[in-house]
Order: sequence, then C-alpha cells, then structure tokens
Amino acid sequence: MSHAVMDQRPQDAVGPRPATLRQARLPRWAPLGIALGSAALAIATGVLADLQSRAQWGLIAALLFVATTFALTTAVEGVRQAKDRLATSLVWVCFLAAVVPLASLVWETVARGAEMFDLYFLTHSMSGLRDLQPGGGVYHSLIGTLQQVGLATLIAAPLGLLTAVYLVEYGKGKLAKAVTFFVDVMTGIPSIVAGLFVLSFWIILLDFGYSGWAGAMALAILMMPIVVRSTEEMLKLVPNELREASLALGVPKWRTILKVVLPTSIGGITTGVMLAVARIAGETAPIMLLVFGASSINNNPFEGPQDSLPYFIWTQFKAGNQYAYDRAWAAALVLIALVMLLNLLARGIARWKAPKAGH
Amino acid sequence: MDMTKTVAPPPQAELPPEAPKGSSGTKGSATHRGDRIFSGLTKGSGITLLVIMAAIAAFLTWRSINALSVNEGNFFTTFDWNANADPPVFGIAVLAFGTVVSSVIAMALAVPVAVGIALFISHYAPRKLASPLAYVIDLLAAVPSIVYGLWGALFLVPHLSGLYFWLDDYFGWTGVFAYDGGAARSLFTVGIVLAIMILPIVTNVSREVFLQVPRMHEEAALALGATRWEVIRMSVLPFGRSGVISASMLGLGRALGETMAVATVLSPSFLINPSLLNPGGGTFAQNIAAGFNEAGDIGRDALIASGLVLFVITLVVNGGARMIIARRKEYSGANA
Repeated sequence: MSHAVMDQRPQDAVGPRPATLRQARLPRWAPLGIALGSAALAIATGVLADLQSRAQWGLIAALLFVATTFALTTAVEGVRQAKDRLATSLVWVCFLAAVVPLASLVWETVARGAEMFDLYFLTHSMSGLRDLQPGGGVYHSLIGTLQQVGLATLIAAPLGLLTAVYLVEYGKGKLAKAVTFFVDVMTGIPSIVAGLFVLSFWIILLDFGYSGWAGAMALAILMMPIVVRSTEEMLKLVPNELREASLALGVPKWRTILKVVLPTSIGGITTGVMLAVARIAGETAPIMLLVFGASSINNNPFEGPQDSLPYFIWTQFKAGNQYAYDRAWAAALVLIALVMLLNLLARGIARWKAPKAGH
Repeated sequence: MDMTKTVAPPPQAELPPEAPKGSSGTKGSATHRGDRIFSGLTKGSGITLLVIMAAIAAFLTWRSINALSVNEGNFFTTFDWNANADPPVFGIAVLAFGTVVSSVIAMALAVPVAVGIALFISHYAPRKLASPLAYVIDLLAAVPSIVYGLWGALFLVPHLSGLYFWLDDYFGWTGVFAYDGGAARSLFTVGIVLAIMILPIVTNVSREVFLQVPRMHEEAALALGATRWEVIRMSVLPFGRSGVISASMLGLGRALGETMAVATVLSPSFLINPSLLNPGGGTFAQNIAAGFNEAGDIGRDALIASGLVLFVITLVVNGGARMIIARRKEYSGANA
C-alpha cells in the first residue's frame, strides 16, 4: 500500500532555486561537512568529559549540527535561507532519531538471541526445568502461539471480511456509519481490555477454565477491526466497471461479489489478513489473563493452560537470571523472525497480486 | 501499520453500484433469495461487531459494580491498591497519574520527531530513500510490544542513567528531574519506550495527510519565491494540522493502553513520585498485568474496574481522533 501512496509524490523534488544568482551560497558539501564535524566534536567531548551514555554523545552531536548549520547559513546566506536550512537539518535529525532505536533493537535481539537459538531450542519445551537451570526451549510456546493465532484468524477473518463487504457493497445509512465508526474505535482498544472482557464473560460468567481458546477469542477481537479496515480499502480499489459489467450480464449481486469483486482483490485481502496475524502474534496481555501459561506441551487449545511465545518472553524476563534472560532473548528472536516473515510474505503477495486500479 | 492509514480511494470507487432491484432474475427466484441471504450475512457480521463493543462495555461495567460496591476507599482519590485485603481499599489516583504522565512524555517526544519524519518522507528525502524508509517505519510498528519491553528493560535502562545524571546536574533543582542513581526504571524511561512505539502510527497518518496537500498550494508558494521551509510552513502545515492532531491522538490512545512494555520497564509503587526519573508510579494496564496473578475474586473485579476506566479513556481519545479525521475528509475533498 505504501507504494501506491508514494507514487502520489510529484516526480520533481521541491527544490527552490536561490532568488538571485549573485547570492552567496554555502558549498554543496557544507551540510555533510558540518554533520561529520559535529559528530567528531561530540565524540571528542564525550571521551574527554567521560560521559558514559551514548545517548548524550548523540544529543551533543545533534545540537552542534543544528546550531552550526544555522549560524553558518545566517552569516553567509541570510536569515530566510538559514531558517530553511535549520528546518532541513532538524528533519534529518528526526530521521536519525527514529532509525537509531530500531537498529539498536534489531541488533540487540539478534546478537543476544543468537546465543541460545538453535534447533534444540525450537524443538524442546521447558518441561521439568526450573528457571534457574540452563537449556530448555520454546516448542510448547510455539505450538501455543500457532494454535491461538490460528483459531483467532478462523473467527476474525470471515467476520471481518463479511463486515467489509457489507460496508463497501451494501452499507448505507446509520447502521453502516455506526459500524465504520466503531471499527475505527475498536482498532484502538487496548489488548488488555479485550482480555478483561473475555475474562469476565468466558471465565467468570460461564465458568470455563483457562485455555488457548479463551485467548484466541480476545485475539480475534483485536484482529477483526484490522481485517475490516484493510479489506475495505482493497474492495474500494476494485474498479466499478467490473461490477457493472457483471451486473449487466444479469449476474446477481451476491454472485458478482463472490465471483468478480473478491477474486479481483484477493491478493490485497490476504495481505491485510496476514499483517493482522503478524500484529496479534505478538500480543501478550490477553494471553496472560486467559491462557495462563505452561511449561510443558499442551496440544489441545480447548482444554487447560497453554503457553505462547510472547508470554514465554515475559515469564523468562520475570525469572530474572542470566539463563532466563538468554531464553527470553532467543524467544524474542524467534518471535521477531516470525512476525517479520509474515510481514515480508504479506507484502510479497501484495506486490504480486496488486489490483490494477482502473485506468 | 498499514491498515490504520486511509488510502484515498479512486474517485469512481466512492459510490458502489446500487443493486438493480428486481432487474436481475425473475421475482422470487433463487437469485433473489441468494441476494437476501448474502446481504443478510454481511449485515449480520457488521452488527456482530457492534454487539461485541456493547458487550465489552456491559461486562466490564457489571464486574466493576461488583468491586466498587465493596470498596472502602474512594475509587478516584485513594492512593492505594489493597483490593485483596478485607475490607478492600483501592483507588486509581496513582494509576491515572502514571498513565497520563508517561503518555504525555511519550507524546512530547514522539510527535515532533514523527512530524519531522513524515516531512522527511513526503518532502525532503531523496526519492530513493523515501520508499524504503516508509517501509522501515512500518516494520517498526510490527515489532511486538513485549520485545520493546525486553529491549527497554535490559538494554535501554542501563544506558540511560548517564543521561539522567546529566539531567539531574542541570535541571535537578526543578524536582521533576531529580535523580538518585538507581536503575532508571522510571516513568520517564517508560515515556521514551512508548514514544518509540507510537512513532510509526503518528508518522504514517501525518505523512498520509502531508502527501494530500494540493500541489497547487505548494507551487503557488514556490512561485512567490518561498524557500522549502516557507512552502511547508505556509501550505503543508496549515493543511495538515488537523491530520497531525488526530494522528497524535491515535498515538496517545496506543500509549495509554500499552501493557507489556510498561510492565517490563517500570519498577512500580503506589506513591506519586514528584521526580519522573526515579522509579515508582504505575499505569492502568501495567497494574492489571502485575496484580492479576495474585488477585482474588474482588481483586480481579477491582482490576476490571480500572480496565473499564482505561477502556472509556481510550474510547474517548480514539473516537475524538476519528471524528477529526472524518470531518477533515469532508471539507478537504473540494480542493484535494
């Protein structure tokens, strides 16, 4: 989807030429030079003043860069150009500020996770192991995550798909408006609130025990609005000519939707569902309230506590010793790999089966 | 992530075709029945969604009343959470404070940076960089919150104490930035982690709006001799203001309800600590996660009551954001 958006960007970059050719300008390499200079100066300050935190070094470098750029440009090019350069340098700093934490997070997870991560880790459970002992694995959590997310998808995908069809193809009037609004609001429900709802309904009122299925219901609540939103966008992209052609041939509307509209947009719909799956696979809070966690393998999601990958990370983090931390990082690596794989697959499908939007 | 942004539909898609009533097939035929069944099915699932929302509100209220009726403290002003004691005494004052403060810190850090990145992608970045960057921001949104929490607690916290000593040296006199030198598992650290987590959604929605600025507005400003910053200030930011506001509110909704990242990073207590850099405090969601395992029946209901407050707050924030977006769509259609 992001590519479709990016294409709206005008081809020619917005780059105003100087007002007159005689006006003095900083050389082209000036921004890069100032950036390198301030980075070097910041590192020197950091080393000399013995500042432990790299965050401080970065802050000093950013401040130096922005201030120097502004001062130099004011002196050479005038105030208006200086403001322009100030904005540009600030925007670049923002960009770096976003990339640094992501890079650090991915690096830490891969580096620390790789210590424990191997085939043994993937194929063994924590059965019979105490938190203080080394070894163990995530097999039981992996089973739990796959089953819970699978069940949630079985509930949420059809419901979400039908709701989206209703909103795009049938919906009119107050009901459709209400559904649209509440779908939007529902995307913002905190996961723990969805967990509390299933807790009060399924476990307190109906008196069932903790199970993977209870967790799956909460995950489905979180997944449904995401599926509706993305499916809606995809259905809107189907050119009306296709619908009209089918209707003109006397095909009833429901068959038109099933045989023309949905097949045309199936690539985008699949992408949306997979992105939603990736989103809920990392949810911990509802699992904590409803599935309870377990250290051994439970293959039945409808009976008894299960584990899940994000919950495994949480319990190992809570255990708080080095072996447990190693397991937590390795599980985080597995979880991130799973989520990223789903993301990449989804985007691959989106690109491969992108609907041709009319003209 | 992707589904939260609204791609402008091509104009011809705004009005789905009306069903040619009675024109398809003969009356009472299987065709008609099929149509009725199918449209009923789709309508039914739409209604299911509304029912779920109503049920969430109803069930949470039901359990909350159960807990509040035995509460010996004042639910809104008591600075304590002893819901498992007899008689139970609990109140959300500390939780409300912690939730609001950490979210405000997150907003203060994330919104300017997010607007910067959105501008970077829409107006500044070299074209080759813009598209991959938008993709990286999407990936940032896909990282599970527990992983952010793990990273925050085991990597970020040890690296922040240097920065906090620094803040203490220069701003410690305010009291807000006083720092005693313990592990930096404080509300401010939570705010930083939340800021990183809400960055993607704020960036995506803002970028979406910035890209919709009519080309003519920008060209008019350029034609008057404006620099790039003046173009942005005169045409892009005024056009995008309401979009940025609603994007921030969506981010705020996320920050308010975040559970695991807060539960892993924060070292909680039931005291309102004037210093944001020292450990202590709590948030609604974190308190539920931390207290659930030890909670008895009343304790569980009390946690549900605090969840209801969280639900109402996020409902208001998200609903407000969506209304702003919807209203903007109506009157920007004319010149887009």
